[in-house]
Parts: sequence; C-alpha cells; structure tokens
Amino acid sequence: MTSATSERPASGIVLRTSTTVLRSWAPVLRAEWTKFRTNTGNWWLLGGLVVLVIALGAVSDAVTGCAAATCDTDPGKTSLIGVYAAQAVAAILGVQAIGAEYHTGMIRTTFTAMPHRISVLSAKAVLLAVTVACAGLVAAQAAAWLGQLVLPGRGVTPADGLPSLSPLHEPMLRAACGSGLYLALIALLSLGVAASMRESASAIGVVLGLLFLVPLFADALAPATWQRHLEQIAPMTAGLEIQATTNLAALPTSPWAGLGVLAAWSACVLAIAQILLRRRDSQ
Amino acid sequence: MSTTVLTPYNSTAADGRAGFAGLLHAEWTKLRTVRGWLIALLLTMVLTPTIAALDHSECTVVSPSGNTGCSATIGPGGIAVQDDYYVLHQTLSGDGDISARITSLTGTVPGGSTHNMVQPWSKAGLIITDGTSPGAAYAAVMGTGGNGVHMQYDYVHDTAGMPGAVSSASPRWLRLSRSGDTITGYDSADGTNWTPIESVRLAGLPDSVQVGMFATSPGTTTSSSSSLAANTSGGSMVLATGTFDHVTLRSPTASGSWTASSVGMADSPAAAGGQGPAVGAGHAGGVFTVTGAGDIGPDNGGTPVEQTLTGLFAALAALIVVAAMFMAGEYRRGVIRVTLAAHPRRGRVLAAKTLVIGTAAFACGLVGVALALPIGESILRSNGNYFHSVSTLTEVRVVAGAALLTALIGVLALSLAAILRSSAAAITCMITCVVLPYVLAKMVLPSDAAEWLLRVTPAAGFAVGQTMPRYTFVSADYSPAAGYYPLSPWQGIAVLAVYTVAALTLASVLLRRRDA
Repeated sequence: MTSATSERPASGIVLRTSTTVLRSWAPVLRAEWTKFRTNTGNWWLLGGLVVLVIALGAVSDAVTGCAAATCDTDPGKTSLIGVYAAQAVAAILGVQAIGAEYHTGMIRTTFTAMPHRISVLSAKAVLLAVTVACAGLVAAQAAAWLGQLVLPGRGVTPADGLPSLSPLHEPMLRAACGSGLYLALIALLSLGVAASMRESASAIGVVLGLLFLVPLFADALAPATWQRHLEQIAPMTAGLEIQATTNLAALPTSPWAGLGVLAAWSACVLAIAQILLRRRDSQ
Repeated sequence: MSTTVLTPYNSTAADGRAGFAGLLHAEWTKLRTVRGWLIALLLTMVLTPTIAALDHSECTVVSPSGNTGCSATIGPGGIAVQDDYYVLHQTLSGDGDISARITSLTGTVPGGSTHNMVQPWSKAGLIITDGTSPGAAYAAVMGTGGNGVHMQYDYVHDTAGMPGAVSSASPRWLRLSRSGDTITGYDSADGTNWTPIESVRLAGLPDSVQVGMFATSPGTTTSSSSSLAANTSGGSMVLATGTFDHVTLRSPTASGSWTASSVGMADSPAAAGGQGPAVGAGHAGGVFTVTGAGDIGPDNGGTPVEQTLTGLFAALAALIVVAAMFMAGEYRRGVIRVTLAAHPRRGRVLAAKTLVIGTAAFACGLVGVALALPIGESILRSNGNYFHSVSTLTEVRVVAGAALLTALIGVLALSLAAILRSSAAAITCMITCVVLPYVLAKMVLPSDAAEWLLRVTPAAGFAVGQTMPRYTFVSADYSPAAGYYPLSPWQGIAVLAVYTVAALTLASVLLRRRDA
C-alpha cells in the first residue's frame, strides 16, 4: 500500500493540499460510479426499495381504521412503514457494494489500481449514500403524499400538534426526508460491516440481526428501566424515531437526535472498517 | 517387434460408498468441515439457552387484572387465577338452594362520567364458594354486561345460559342448587319455568360453604402499545352494581343474616385509590344492591414458558446464514459442478442436502430449547417473576415444536439459496420474511394488522411456542403485542411447512432445469 507514495518525499502525503487530494480522488469516484452503474442488479435493488416503501405504505394507509374522536394513529409512521422492509434492500446494496468485490476477487484489482484504502472506501460510501438517499427521498415523499390522500378518508385527520398531513410541511416533511436519510445511513452501516467482515453472507446476517434482534431482545428481556436506554441506542429504534409525527414528548429521544444515533453507528462502523482495511491484506 | 499389452489402470482402493448413503456422507462432510459453519451451528445450539440465562425482565408490568406479575393467586388445580369481587353471603351447611331475580347490572368509572360503563364481562349473580379467601373453589350463575347469563365454576369453566342483557324490563331469575358436592345452575325469565344450565361437581367441597350474591367487573379494555399508535390508552377500573330482589334461600341451617365481604380486592388498585363510588352492598325492603370490581377467572399475568424462547430468534439468524451458505457456497466456488458430476441425479443431491441441514438444525434446536426452558425458568423465578408452569406434555410439545421450527427454517433457507443461487440474497429474504414480520407484529403494528401478518407469513411458525391459553369469557388483551398468536401452535407450524415445501419443490425444479 506504500507503493504509490514511495517516489514522493516522506512528508509529501502530509503536505498535499486539499485540491490535489480532490484531484486524485475524482477518478476513484468515477471508477466506482462505473462499477455501480454497469451492474444491473443495483438498479433493480434501488427500484425494489422505492416500490417497497410506496407499496407497503399504501397498504398500511388503506387498512388503517381510526375513529376520529379517539384516533391515536401516527400518520408519519403509518405512511412510511415500508421503510422497515426497504431497509433490508438498502442493507443488501451496502453489503454488496464491497462484498461482491471480495466475492469475485475484484477487490485485489481495485486496491492494486488505487492503493489508498480510504479513497476507495470513501468513494463507495459517497456513491452509496447519494444513490440510496435519492431513491429513499423520492420513495418516502411519494409515500407521504399517498398518505395525505388516503389517510383523511380513513379517519386520520390533522390533530393537535399536527397542523397538516402535507408532506411539504412539518412534521411530515421531516418524517419523509428523514426516512430517506435513514435508508442511506443503513446502507453506509452495511458497507462498513461488509468491509470489516470481507464476506457478504455473514455481513448481511450481522446487519439484519443488529437492526431487528436488538430491539426485540430489549423489549423481551430487559428490565423496564433499561428498555428506554436500549431504544435510545439501538440503530433501528433510534433511527426510525424520525418518522414520529405525533406525541413527540413520549419518544425516548427527539427525532433528529435518534437519526443522529444511527449516523454515529454508521460513522463508527465505517471508521473500524477503514482501520481494518489498512491493516489487513485484501483477501 | 514385440507387442506390449496395455492394461488400463485399476485403482486397488475400495469403491466409494455408493448410492444415497454415500451422498449423505459427502454432504455431511462438507457441512462439518467448514469451520465457520460449524461455529454457526454451535451458535444455533447455544444462543437460545445463553440468551434465556441473560433474561433480566422484571415483574413490574401491571396486567389488566391489576396483577403485578410477581405473584399470583392460586386456584383449584394449581393454576393462577384472579379472584376479586364483592359478595353478600351467609353460611350454608349441607344441601340447599338459593334463587334471586336480578333486575339491573350497571357499571361506573370511579371519578368518571355518569355514563353506564358496564363491560361485556361485568358480572353479577349468585355464588356458592368454599370460603371468601381468594382462590377458593366455587360455582356461580350470573348475568353479564354483554354476554347473557353464564354459569362458571373453578375459574376456567364456562357455560352459556339465556342470551340478552339484564334490565328491569327483562329481569333474569337465577338459581343455584347444591346437593353434596354437585351444584346445578338454573336460569329463568319468569321465576317459574327454570332451565338447568349445567350440573358441576366441585371435588372436595366441604359441608359448610358460603352462599350469596356477588358483583364484579373488569376495567375498560387496555390496548397494548404499538408504535403506530402514538398514545397508549390505559384502562380504568369499572365498578359493577347488581340489583337483586326476590332473594330466597332454602336451607335447614341458614342463619338468615347476610355478611358483606370484599374478596381479594385488597390488592386491586380500587381499594388503594379510594376515590369516587366505593365497593359495597346495600339492603332496603327486600332489594339488595352489590357493587364490586375485579374479576373471577383465570389470570394470564406473570411470565409464560415462551418467554424463555426469546433467544431462538438469534439462534435462527445463525442457522439461516449457515443453511443458505451450505447451498449457495457450492455456486460461489464452483463446487456445484463437481458435486453434480459425481452425482448427476440432481433431485437426490438436493434431498441429501435437505436431510443433512434439516437433521443438524433439528438436533441443535432440540438441545438448545431443551436447555433454555429450565435455565430460563430458574432465572425468571429467581428475579421474582411469577412463572406459569405447564404440564410436561406441553413442555415436550414446545421443545419438539421449536426443534421442528428450526429444522423447517433451515430447509427453507437452503431452498431459497438454491433458487436465488446467492447466499446474501437468500439470507436477506429469509430474515425479511421470517423475523421482520414477527418484529413488526410484536412491536409496531396495531393488533389487527399484526394478527394478519402472523397468519400469512412464515413467522406464523413461531406460534409453536405458545402456551398461554385464550379464554372466550375473559376480557383480556389477546393481541400479538401481548404475546398471543392468531393461529394454534400446529396451524402455525403448518403455514411455515407449506412455505418450506413450496420453496423446496421450486428449488428442485430449478436445479434440474438450470445449468450448473
């Protein structure tokens, strides 16, 4: 990994300006984009993610029944419930972004061409975050818009503390945009786990276990006093607080703080992945 | 020129094991010699008991019955019961007969509106009981708030009598007649034409029993929290008042004076609060009113056996990974070409893999759950929880059922991997179709959507751990969030088995049709 820098003076790396870093990073990003774009599987997965968010949200809106007087349904969570399933698709996208390279041995070519692990990992992360966030935002906005059309007919109407069901206003705007960001953060978390484990199958098992099983065990096994703390730090329960639109005071953390917890998870896992990538052989 | 005879080389090694046994041996060797898979199989075995041992749940959750989950009133047969009511009673020695007309049954919420809040299972009627200590054997005939006349005895037995609500326009006549340890309940619309509801035998009923008029009512229904509903609506207590007249007690020994007693209500939130209308009884000109709160029936508060199986979800996640890789790994390295060259009958290859992973999963599941049950039970008990013991037969069913569930999920993961030819895709599909529906049903969805999910997805199979019975005559929260499945244990397993057989069939067809 030192081969590319060996011709330069020892201090060269430190002294490089940000422009040169960017100049050397841009081709890596372009290479990663070519890899991403030419793999049809990725586009199918992104399409599947959008369809899941919209279709499950539509089903959820349509089956909600609420008596107006005693209605306590949260419109944000109801319309955006598809995110629960779509995060599995985001996780596959994240895992396959690097797991597939380990699978085929492509990773050796990648690191031979670009020995800076951090350039490769950051290019992958940026690409993944942008594409998944775009797909997620479009899907979540569409699902929130569907909710605005369907939910009033099912008895869910704007209530106290919820001025409007419109996806263009708070709090639905925050819930929908946050759901798109949530999916992007899940993809980044998965990228980090896969880069650390160098193996897609076990990585996807670990990611989905972390997302689904931690809240389940917290709910079933922990004493009541711990449950709230576990909900505050488990990536799925904390991150999905961004979807809450009513009764915000009862949440374990505020919506944006919850998404921040997930962002911290993703950042930590990516940092560990970067350390491991630097230290270990590529296969 | 001499001729050399070329003799083809013939190996002197013994022939490999032929047939299906050889195939099984080959597949078993593949499974056991990959270190990661062996570790995952071990995890399948040890995660369930380990997580059961880490159970820290506390008995602070108050059930709708007012039970804290730390202790329970024990009724006849050793089952946990709720026994809270208010009664006007006197002692009956030997045989006798009590009848009364009930003219109204109303409900009020203490400190709440004056609206009639009578609940479907608010009860007022006649009771013969082995004393006024909670958990005593009893038989009672009663009018209910929304279910007509019922006869109930010993907490878990219920028989319906006349339909229709009690009112002054259509009063109900009730009668209980005792002969030895047999008690017969009657109802009537006019007090002359009596219809027997049921004759029941209360084994070991002493000569001297208490007989009288009682009233009780469960609180307004509480719905378990689901995260889609923003607020959790807590139930409030309801006081039921029954009005009786034409009370006749035919007995050679009856003293003639009524004693008022509150049974078991000391630990109900009502007695502690003490605001609003109180429980009690009144008597004026042959008209008796009795007001009480609580319920007489089985108590499902406390911790059920299935709580010890929570770790099964982690065990299954490990199994799903190994089962999917056991199949898809062949495609990854191209081993599938060697396998199919050695055994060209592809159906048999798939059968051997199915048998190997199914047996391994069944064995790991069996050992894991068999260990988790006693470990979890002792941990829960030592943390002070009330644990609902079940019969040995039910325990055997839970252990064998959970092992079968593990085997089916292993085979389903293997089949999906054979269909998709990618372990990551198969694992994602499995966890999304098996674990996610359960998580959503348990923690997110409102109960009708949750029940629907647990009927139609492979997660229906988790019903095999269910040990808590549902009672049609108890108003309790039987939603998935409270731990109740819409399907019976074997129906649930059948749903999962249908998915498994369908996936296995598709996998076998595709394996034959596709190029390796």
